Amino acid sequence: MSSPTIAIVNYQAGNLRSVQKALEKFGATAKISSNPKEIDGADGIVFPGQGANDSSMRALRERGLVEPIQRYIRRGKPFLGVCLGLQLLLEASDEGIEPGLGVMKGRTRRLPEGRKIPHMGWNQVRFSNSHRVLGQTTVGRHPVLDGLKSGSFFYFVHSYYADPEERALVIGTTTYGLDFCSAVGWDNVTAVQFHPEKSGRNGLKVYENFVKLVTVV
Amino acid sequence: MLAKRIIPCLDVKEGRVVKGIRFVDHVDAGDPVSMAAFYDEEGADELVFYDITASSDNRNIMLDVVGRVAEQVFIPLTVGGGLRSVEDMLAMLQAGADKVSLNTAAVENPNLIKQGADQFGSQCIVLGLDAIRSPQNSTPRWEVKVRTGNGGGITTGLDAIEWAKQAVDLGVGEIVVNSIDADGTKKGYDLDLLRFLSETVTVPVVASGGAGNLDHLHEALELGRADAVLAASIFHFGTHRIPEAKKFLASKGIPIRP
Repeated sequence: MSSPTIAIVNYQAGNLRSVQKALEKFGATAKISSNPKEIDGADGIVFPGQGANDSSMRALRERGLVEPIQRYIRRGKPFLGVCLGLQLLLEASDEGIEPGLGVMKGRTRRLPEGRKIPHMGWNQVRFSNSHRVLGQTTVGRHPVLDGLKSGSFFYFVHSYYADPEERALVIGTTTYGLDFCSAVGWDNVTAVQFHPEKSGRNGLKVYENFVKLVTVV
Repeated sequence: MLAKRIIPCLDVKEGRVVKGIRFVDHVDAGDPVSMAAFYDEEGADELVFYDITASSDNRNIMLDVVGRVAEQVFIPLTVGGGLRSVEDMLAMLQAGADKVSLNTAAVENPNLIKQGADQFGSQCIVLGLDAIRSPQNSTPRWEVKVRTGNGGGITTGLDAIEWAKQAVDLGVGEIVVNSIDADGTKKGYDLDLLRFLSETVTVPVVASGGAGNLDHLHEALELGRADAVLAASIFHFGTHRIPEAKKFLASKGIPIRP
């Protein structure tokens, strides 16, 4: 494959340009799109997100994107969720009443009181030494985290965190008032709470790894 | 551990950085893109651009600048100056800014904060707060000053801490507090103001105005309980460099991103 096409799902206003530029840096053709057909046909998708649970789920529904994203994931195609794009994979959220995409069991919870909220800035992510492939626990770092040291700093901005029931899906953990899940990964799905497109060199490595994954699939 | 942030702040006028860096030979000190790339390389945790362009006719130049910076620099970018409507904010975010900073426009129309936060999320909306100490009070009190762009400004009578609380209720996700008294003195940040504010609001507080040396950064983070420090001249004029500042802060036990 020469240049894989990666669709960046566009369903709410925000800065998608940085995601696009990061993917292009590693040779991908990155299209910002809210067209279900275009998303369906892409070699990989990045599912970004900022803002609130309910308005985001409604925006996805209005654009007819809920089912295409769920189907895309079921088909085993490479998927990278970012920030709210991780939280929306769960079934429900403390932040609102709209159900999430339900790709993972569990819910999105509010960060505990007692510290500044949002959790904003650079924090460390401890990586898991195993990940799940086709229901089996596989020893070794998840490929999207290749070449990165456990404990590396990434840029976070969020007030809620993902709390998946299946802990084997968690590939990254961060501490802020509590230890929370800052990355999940299994089979074709990866999602991170931090913003790789804002995390300098470490973050760019995540996009480089993702483009590689898309290219080999 | 969440790191304390060091944020260089660049004033941009009609597409060029003013008060440019003196010590860097290999970058065009007036070019915002080169400067942003340089600071990224140095390990800056974020960047802030203030558009001090006087004429609104030339505002589109800033959109172009932000777009070109966002193509090359992959750290958070806040843009402030002259943003007066949701459309202005949207244009800046679409150009590649991660956060927009509201100052005078928010004082004149507080609802602008709510509109911005509703549409883009609180994490995008920064309150730029210019505060001046009221000398007549025995207990410290600060007033909000607006239109401070060209050395002047209007004191509003508004209590700075109360205004900050209101702005948080309306939806700002971060506050950059600039002490008018300390700004430009190089004698250190207004630590009372920082501590008061940081203990009152639930969102991150960024210290601005007064940094003259590395001890000042340390004081703001330790005694002032700020979450981040904004600095201009100590970095621009080459008094100190960011890796040096980070090393110093780390030696004092401040959590930083190496």
